[in-house]
Amino acid sequence: MHIHLGPMLFFWPKAELESFYRQALSQPCQRIYLGETVCPKRREFKSGDWLALGRELQRAGKEVVYSTLALIQSPAELQAIKKLCDNGELTIEANDLGAVQLAHEHGLPFVAGPALNVYNLDTLSLLLNKGMTTWVPPVELSRDWLLSIHRAAEADGIRGRFKLEVFGYGYLPLAYSARCFTARAENRLKDDCELVCINDPCGRQALTREGQAAFNLNGIQTQSGYCYNLINEVPTMSDWVDAVRISAHSRECLQWIGRFEQQQRRQERYPLNSRYCNGYWNQLPGMEWLPSPANMAQ
Amino acid sequence: MELLCPAGSLPALKAAVDQGADAVYIGFKDQTNARHFSGLNFSERDLRDGVDYLRRHKRKLHVAINTFAHQGKERIWQGAVDQAVALGADALIIADPAVLAYAARQYPAAELHLSVQASATNVAAIRFFQQNYGVKRVVLPRVLSIQQVRQIARETDAELEVFAFGSLCIMAEGRCYLSSYLTGESPNTVGACSPARYVRWEEKEEQLESRLNGVLIDRFGPGEQAGYPTLCKGRFAVDGKQYHTLEEPTSLNTLSLIPSLARLGIKSVKIEGRQRSPAYTTQVTRVWRQALDSYLANPDGYTVKAAWHEQLATLSEGSQTTLGAYHRKWQ
Repeated sequence: MHIHLGPMLFFWPKAELESFYRQALSQPCQRIYLGETVCPKRREFKSGDWLALGRELQRAGKEVVYSTLALIQSPAELQAIKKLCDNGELTIEANDLGAVQLAHEHGLPFVAGPALNVYNLDTLSLLLNKGMTTWVPPVELSRDWLLSIHRAAEADGIRGRFKLEVFGYGYLPLAYSARCFTARAENRLKDDCELVCINDPCGRQALTREGQAAFNLNGIQTQSGYCYNLINEVPTMSDWVDAVRISAHSRECLQWIGRFEQQQRRQERYPLNSRYCNGYWNQLPGMEWLPSPANMAQ
Repeated sequence: MELLCPAGSLPALKAAVDQGADAVYIGFKDQTNARHFSGLNFSERDLRDGVDYLRRHKRKLHVAINTFAHQGKERIWQGAVDQAVALGADALIIADPAVLAYAARQYPAAELHLSVQASATNVAAIRFFQQNYGVKRVVLPRVLSIQQVRQIARETDAELEVFAFGSLCIMAEGRCYLSSYLTGESPNTVGACSPARYVRWEEKEEQLESRLNGVLIDRFGPGEQAGYPTLCKGRFAVDGKQYHTLEEPTSLNTLSLIPSLARLGIKSVKIEGRQRSPAYTTQVTRVWRQALDSYLANPDGYTVKAAWHEQLATLSEGSQTTLGAYHRKWQ
């Protein structure tokens, strides 16, 4: 099973992000996703910068995919993706069916990102016929749900035509809005946001009035309040999941790439000290934490 | 512009027709319906009576099959399509590409509308659904500004339908898992957001607490109006400050946009609220019928009457209304 580094969901200053990716080069991840998926106003990296960085990472031996916006609302946003397709240098991750359509019109392969609503093999087959090469399922789907799609794909003889990549670590992207919640937290209008989200490198927590982590605010994106962590589920993925996605919210998160990689061979549970969530995988409310996954020695 | 009204029950359907709806949308009593709430929706007999009533009054029927088919249970969603066609529905409102594919294949003559749950917010996404399934109409998500609606209207030849009044979904519809994050059940998978069976009300020393699956959504002091704990309308704390972090309890109301929507060529204005009472459908349909008729009679002289606002405010969450994302400042 491969480990992939997902797109940076937060807005970081350019130098910080460059140094983050340099550090990622030495990690045992096969693929790195670049690009902005949350807000078109975040332009520390212009598309030319992403492409240049992509080339550098490719030269160093990484597969590179260019992730695109989940919420595409204006002609300019579509145009930016169309330009990427015209350029054709990097495979794109489509997080909106509009991006799927553009990739297909250009005859390009694409990764189906987690913001696409793919809940069954019929939809998956359609994307496959449009050029999908990797499928990252919606984060709310459980292991059992994914396994049943995996088995149906095997029965149809199409399982070999795509890679299955599971979101395995990080704050879960749960919702997208026209409204920017980071700007709202500062009593600002989105049109006058001054990109304040650059001050929240790992988002901004929204707690219940009892102090429980409810959500993590990241601009127009609402994330899980707890960090998702499937490290102790890794042994149960080995024979049917092709890759796990690590979604970082700090430089330290890069260490999880090695941890997930090693966990494939460990017999014991990886010891976890802070509160994570893994409910979705276990067919529970997403925020819940099941400490002892099935088939695991304590 | 067509006035499309919600019916979660036979009395609501009749009320919509009586008050002047051009078309009514309904859903079945199962998980294929994004308003799958207990005590709501139509039995077989109600369906037949409802269709008769619509036919007698020459109004249209739209059937919403707007959740996503579960792997291995596709037959349930296909069955809903079969049932809607057998009923003689004038349009099927569908979200899942797999269900659209089935409907387009089995019933090439059926009129397919793309549900708001499919979250098509741009012309390339619309093209995807037109080319693959021959979708005729697209219901636009409530995340677009009026300027963005204008840009889409200019570039597409699909019919456009927009939400005009009702509960305000502040997230791109069909791409919000907040409900399943807290309860395990989401609009996409089971057709319900913040389901009632997870709601608990507790009184604690003068305070009323609302919880969703144990998670505190809001706490109300004496005299405060306590609303249903839809999780995006709760009060949470950010940086030590407690406020409606995502959105206040409020409803969308676009009476003032009628002239703009008409000029953009919007085909249909949709009233949200299949989960609401027949009295709600009666009042909202009546006000919107009056507003649309008043616009048609004198487009240049159209103004929103204070009485309309007053009548709608009483039906709105928190008695407040907003233009939502149509107005940039809301964003």
